[in-house]
Amino acid sequence: MRLAEIVDALGLQVRTGQESLSREVTGGCVSDLLSYTMANARAGNIWITIQVHPNIVGVADLLDLAGVVVAGGQEPEKGTLEKASEQGVAILTTGETAFGVAGRIYGLGVR
Amino acid sequence: MALRHFSRSYPVLGGAYYLAGRAASDLKRRLAEQECPAELTRRVAIAAYEAEMNICIHAIAGEVEAVVEGEEIRLVANDRGPGIPDLARALAPGFSTAPEKARALGFGAGLGFTNMQRCADEFTLCSQVGRGTRVELVFVARPEPAESEKGGRQ
Repeated sequence: MRLAEIVDALGLQVRTGQESLSREVTGGCVSDLLSYTMANARAGNIWITIQVHPNIVGVADLLDLAGVVVAGGQEPEKGTLEKASEQGVAILTTGETAFGVAGRIYGLGVR
Repeated sequence: MALRHFSRSYPVLGGAYYLAGRAASDLKRRLAEQECPAELTRRVAIAAYEAEMNICIHAIAGEVEAVVEGEEIRLVANDRGPGIPDLARALAPGFSTAPEKARALGFGAGLGFTNMQRCADEFTLCSQVGRGTRVELVFVARPEPAESEKGGRQ
């Protein structure tokens, strides 16, 4: 499933990385611990977190993730959005909880 | 497969959370450019990131040195910091002495060394209390990169 389809189905706000929306999403990871994400997320995964600082962009870029959903109505820091724009990393926001986002993406068939 | 030689030293500043990760990003880009196998690039990037974060979280300053030569990638992280009094305890997954600020950002989960050990083919940790800590990591390019993620020797 492409990232754009997830954005549409969940009504996510695309804050940066419009150019990544055509990427295929290969799975997902839910974590607010960066080392856990580092260890477990794979290239093409979608990462759901409530962290908002610029290091989430670094992790997403290093792992070549399809995108990052910042859940729970958390607002990404300005520096996060700037860095994500520069690096072409998709930052998506939603008022829905991380639990809700993960459940819905799983329900769409992403495993 | 042989990798093109390069060596580089990346300074890391203690407490500069938002700057950490630059060594890992630069290394990843350089390895990807020379068509280093994706899985090896991933292992090096993850370990470099964890090494940088450890310096950032615990030390005053330090550096991560990377040397790529032939089929081997070597990373050495050196810091001027408090040192580690009990190495065995520091290596236990989940054990951490990171300050609250680091934890609030999602760092300091006690998985840094665990991730480095999982990613590297060789892992060496030396520390002197009151002086600093040195981590040496060796990664070897192999035809079956998936197998190597099980690696990590002390």
